[in-house]
Amino acid sequence: MSLEKTYPKEVKQILAKYPPEGKRSAVMPLLFLAQREEGYITKAAIEDIAQLLDITTTEIDAVITFYTLYHQEKAGKYRVQVCNDLPCALRGADKFLEDLCENLAIKVGETTPDGAITLEAVACLAACNNAPMFQTQGPDGIKYYENMTVAKTMDVIQTLKHAGKEAE
Amino acid sequence: MAYVLLRHREIPDLHKIDVYKKNGGLAAFKNAVTKMTPAEVIDVVKNSGLRGRGGAGFSTGMKWSFIDAKSWPHYIVANADESEPGTFKDREIMESNPLQFLEGLAIGAYAVGAHTAYIYLRGEFWQVADILDAKIAEMEKAGYLGDNLFGTDFSLRIYTHLGAGAYICGEETALLESLEGKRGQPRVRPPFPPSVGLYNKPTIINNVETFTNVPMILANGADWYKSMGTADSAGVKIFSLSGRVRRPGNYELPFGTTFRELIYGEKYGAGVQDSRTVKAIMPAGASSSMIVVNGDDKVLDTPMDYASVRTLRAELGSASVIVLDDTVNINWVINKTIRFFKHESCGKCTPCREGTFWMNKIVQRVSGEDRTQKDLDLLMSVAKQMQGRCLCALGDFSTMAVTTGMERFPEDFQVKQ
Amino acid sequence: MSKQVTITINGKQVQVPEGSGLVEAAKLAGVDIPVFCHHPKLEPAGMCRMCLVEIGRPMIDPKTKEPIIENGAPKIQYLPKLETACTNRVSEGMVVLTQSEKAKSGQYATLEFLLTSHPLDCPICDKGGECSLQDLTMRHGPGKTRFILEEKQHFEKPLPIGDLIYLDRERCIQCSRCIRFQDQIAGESVLGFEDRGRGMQIVSISDPEFDSIFSGNTTDICPVGALTTADFRFGARPWELQSQASICTQCPVGCNLTLNTRREAQAGGEIVVKRVMPRQNEEVNEIWICDKGRFGHHYTESKKRLTKPLIRKDDKLARASWDAAAKLAGENFAAAKKNFVILASGRLANEDLFNLKSLADHAGGTALLYSDMGGGELTQLVGVGAGTNLANIGKGDAILVVASDLYEEAPIWWLRVKQAADRGATLIVANPRETKLDRFATSKIRYEYGEESKAIAELSKKGKVADEFAKAKNAIILFGSEGIGLTGTSALASACATLLQETGHTGRANNGLIGVWQRSNDQGAFEIGFQPEADLDKALKGKAVYIVGADPVGDDPILAKALSGAKFVAAQELLETATTEIADVVFPAQAFTEREGTYTSGERRVQRFYPAVAPKGDSKPDFAITALIAKQMGIILEGSSASVVFDILSHSVDAFAELSYARLAETKPQWPIVGRGDMYYGGTTYENKQGMGIQLIPTAQTEGTVRIPKVRKEAALHPKEKEALAVPVNKLYDLGVMIASAELLEEHIGKATVRMHSSTAQKFGVETGQIVTLNFEGLDGEALAQVDDTVPAGVALVPRSMGLAIHEPLVGSLQLKTQSGKGK
Ligand SMILES: Cc1cc2nc3c(=O)[nH]c(=O)nc-3n(C[C@H](O)[C@H](O)[C@H](O)COP(=O)(O)O)c2cc1C
Ligand code: SF4
Ligand code: FES
Repeated sequence: MSLEKTYPKEVKQILAKYPPEGKRSAVMPLLFLAQREEGYITKAAIEDIAQLLDITTTEIDAVITFYTLYHQEKAGKYRVQVCNDLPCALRGADKFLEDLCENLAIKVGETTPDGAITLEAVACLAACNNAPMFQTQGPDGIKYYENMTVAKTMDVIQTLKHAGKEAE
Repeated sequence: MAYVLLRHREIPDLHKIDVYKKNGGLAAFKNAVTKMTPAEVIDVVKNSGLRGRGGAGFSTGMKWSFIDAKSWPHYIVANADESEPGTFKDREIMESNPLQFLEGLAIGAYAVGAHTAYIYLRGEFWQVADILDAKIAEMEKAGYLGDNLFGTDFSLRIYTHLGAGAYICGEETALLESLEGKRGQPRVRPPFPPSVGLYNKPTIINNVETFTNVPMILANGADWYKSMGTADSAGVKIFSLSGRVRRPGNYELPFGTTFRELIYGEKYGAGVQDSRTVKAIMPAGASSSMIVVNGDDKVLDTPMDYASVRTLRAELGSASVIVLDDTVNINWVINKTIRFFKHESCGKCTPCREGTFWMNKIVQRVSGEDRTQKDLDLLMSVAKQMQGRCLCALGDFSTMAVTTGMERFPEDFQVKQ
Repeated sequence: MSKQVTITINGKQVQVPEGSGLVEAAKLAGVDIPVFCHHPKLEPAGMCRMCLVEIGRPMIDPKTKEPIIENGAPKIQYLPKLETACTNRVSEGMVVLTQSEKAKSGQYATLEFLLTSHPLDCPICDKGGECSLQDLTMRHGPGKTRFILEEKQHFEKPLPIGDLIYLDRERCIQCSRCIRFQDQIAGESVLGFEDRGRGMQIVSISDPEFDSIFSGNTTDICPVGALTTADFRFGARPWELQSQASICTQCPVGCNLTLNTRREAQAGGEIVVKRVMPRQNEEVNEIWICDKGRFGHHYTESKKRLTKPLIRKDDKLARASWDAAAKLAGENFAAAKKNFVILASGRLANEDLFNLKSLADHAGGTALLYSDMGGGELTQLVGVGAGTNLANIGKGDAILVVASDLYEEAPIWWLRVKQAADRGATLIVANPRETKLDRFATSKIRYEYGEESKAIAELSKKGKVADEFAKAKNAIILFGSEGIGLTGTSALASACATLLQETGHTGRANNGLIGVWQRSNDQGAFEIGFQPEADLDKALKGKAVYIVGADPVGDDPILAKALSGAKFVAAQELLETATTEIADVVFPAQAFTEREGTYTSGERRVQRFYPAVAPKGDSKPDFAITALIAKQMGIILEGSSASVVFDILSHSVDAFAELSYARLAETKPQWPIVGRGDMYYGGTTYENKQGMGIQLIPTAQTEGTVRIPKVRKEAALHPKEKEALAVPVNKLYDLGVMIASAELLEEHIGKATVRMHSSTAQKFGVETGQIVTLNFEGLDGEALAQVDDTVPAGVALVPRSMGLAIHEPLVGSLQLKTQSGKGK
């Protein structure tokens, strides 16, 4: 796989943002691009980006593992990431997450048996006024869902599962 | 009072460039570039008393004047990392009043001689980045971004850059590292970014809200701005109100408004949920020192400005006001905050890396009913041992709720006899 | 000297250079500030927080810009917080408290934090005894833990992060010295941190892992036992070790070493070398060595070591007495008269070479250097000026590297040249193909194999690169033997010397010519009067040959044939080789670890090495063996003391005139200070107590302008349509005797390969990994094909000393090897 071949336009756009001496800056957007298809970053993609930016694979690995939005292992098609940090928790996020687990019959960190949804708890997402809330991380990037109830969430999940199927 | 920052709440469709322009938008930028010298722009901002809204409250005009004129090119960066638990103001600005923010950034760029501006967004802000990209493109099309603007030799491009999930990237030097494609670990300072910043070039970094003030200041003058707020804290501020209030949300108010007004005002917080009483306030998100309220009117009547909040032995910071009512156990609160900081410690310096790890271990034992005095002492001692010794402020932040919570709410840390 | 400022440390006023780091300044003043992440060779990181101190600075009156005076003294302002000494530079009037209660409490806190996550396995840790954490804990640390040990993070004990280095994640204190060494000094960022917070761990995901020839240095600067070498792990406790100064014999850089030895049960109670450590010489290797130097020494303990003289009887080699063997050789050599030829290698010490040359001169024979690289007379004429130190090359200076893959041929020069480029020196790299140095080059010159002299001559004309070189304050040229043989290198040396002289870059320190020789003491051999010979087979055929430290039979079938037609062959060697197999008499020589002597480095620095272990069997030093043989021929040479040989040498060879063993053993203060009790500062590199050596003075420095001999070389070869051009290149880890028997490096040596461009491979119908038969004039053999598009089209790169006898460019063809083993 080569990002330059798969996403020629995007790669060009990304590289154009930074001065030549700052080419390395492109590593984060390129990693998001590499993650788009599979939901995680493969070894091959790391080598590809290393070549593209003239840095070592270890340097890229160091970046990937520092940030929480990059993944190196396969998970559900969508990651449902519920904020249960202090402000959200003050507005019932812990209970919301618990109920969600029950409804999906999985624990935090697990994936539904159909491989569609991985449920995660994350740190504050800057939507504290609209708790409970979560974001989804999937093939179409990251989306916020705010002022949620369990019922509304289950609807969202149904739609996501459906979308996941269609895409396949 | 008319809004200064959250103007979209009064003016429908303010995010559209024609609406924005009709309401005076982009004139300040054009005027600055065509009629003012950069030094004049900096002077106005300095005189307005505008202080950085990212937390530290440093004079914005002063910071801009520090840019090293001997080394080129210059960069300007908007800090849109907004990751402090309890903070959600920049997101509303960028989603609903993006052009005013971009205009402020553009004026800043002109003032410090930067031809390239980056907006560093926290990685979760994909949708916000899409909005900004679209707005940047519109501005470019309308001739407000690009080469030789308004026929002058000033050129400017603005780019968005998404982080990928790391609170520490809000710290300005960690942000620069991240923007350079590295792990977001803070740099040793000095040198400070205005001398050695992005790609080792002079760089100015400001918060989104800080920039958003600038077009209005240029349009209406420094005195107009100073006429709002207090002597030490000029102008208006967006208070992100969250926790146990009836109406959490962003409220734009002049500095010096009291906690009571924000929390109980009908247009604002509208009181505590279930009509309970306020036990504590965390005025600066998870990094706050705990302000003891317990129904104390004097505390509730304290004006919210940098100096007054300090009299309560706390910092106003980014004004992310988290309200804790009398049902909340402070023990539980510090459990949450430490978990956050342990997760977000970058690991670069010893006290923060080890301290947050061990505090997190100890606090779990301290949460139970069978807590021991020894563990409580150890927790306090670890926190104190970190204070003032970390490489960046995150380390200190992680201890604030712990030390002040334990000292000021001893009833929540009782040991069973 | 730089401007001095006055600062006060712990109440004591001291003068220190303005702008120096506070830790450094304190050290100059005799105050140790404890550090972990800080290392004097690395950029300050300020991350471990061990060096917390109180710093006060004079308050300045904003109006007068003068210090405010209070009670007759400047008013000092302290920051409310402790500051890290490592990230602060000294300024006038600074007041520093490193031992105040406040400072001590900060330092104590850091230590406690580090220890809470550290395993208490000092009793089995290789670093125990030279561990900074252990030392500082003894000095400042807590005696007891307040934490719950079970809550510590636990990891699988050491795991390899490369085949030479092991990582113990529990012991790591995240100081990032190793990462920063690889990044800033070695320029190979193959180590990094994974994860964040307390989860942070050192990793390498390069392929192969920890892919750097400087990896061993990270174990020296690791302040704890997190990184250890595969060589020394569980080998011994540091305090059991003896140390002896030595010099690396692997390449012409001449890195200063310390050999650590110990009596070993496994070795039958003998004293053996347990590990090789760098010894500080800021003018040669600073505090670094490459992995070849660190791990290659095991050849001295090879099972194939010769221990007794041997004489051929009934076609078999049989043990003999020294007298009998020397007598046999002496008689044959004497009888041969003019037909007596000595073939010696640049592996030998100056003393050995001197005795050999004296023997040839007195007996009327010839002394030949076993090398396919010439130009030694030019390094003597315009070689770098005495006082040259690559560390002084920087902005405004230039370095030109031509026909050399410096990374493979002289790693520490590569490192220092790279650092000169980092400091702003103009670096010109001229080579027909891309090498690792290209990344740091200011300009690259690509020429065709065979056109190297022309490429250098071009630089005397106008042009951007030529001007840059000409205008440089100081300029040094390093020339090697990539793709060329004897006449090619001689011509190249002459072209380089001419360019240097024309541009005024001779006769001074930090200017002149350096040969990237194939062996560690080739320069010494040239100084003593040895010359290589292009027609070596002719020179050997029918002669009485005395081969010392070389294996021509093993290296080259043509030479093997020539020697089978020799009248008499005496071989003097460390190990059994193909040459000792065919010899009439064999003399066992001592290894450099077993005796003393001197080498002359490529920078013409004469340096002493010392005996560290007992000699194997009945072996003798080479110079002594030569003296024994000479005696049989009626020639008296010094054979008992190396220092006496050196005295005679210094009286006979002008360049050595002022030198003596005593002078070579002199040292001078070096910076940074390493190897003392404060290991946490500079690492475990040894202090230099036994000599930094002395650089020889080139003729151009004593006499000014010199006459540079013009060397003609034959025209470059141009292969025909169906042919390829095979050229010799040098490889770091090859099959030379000094490395092939080092087990640890086996994988790095690998198989002989021919590297070629994909178009060339296509032409001959081969692919990577296939075995090909080489068919070039004078070169026959098999090798693995490797497609590499950095090789110019039509060229086949053949490594020297990998079992393929290539000395110079050749024209011919290659073929895929068929099942039957024959080319199709
Ligand atoms: C741990 C940490 C997190 C921070 N996060 C943010 C942030 O999310 N947004 C922000 O604007 N400033 C943040 N800051 C403050 C910045 O370092 C910096 O002071 C600010 O961007 C300067 O802008 P201002 O002068 O406009 O306030 C953070 C600081 C620290 C130490
Ligand atoms: S205080 Fe924490 S976040 Fe800041 S540098 Fe130290 S480890 Fe990193
Ligand atoms: S912080 Fe100064 S030595 Fe590590």
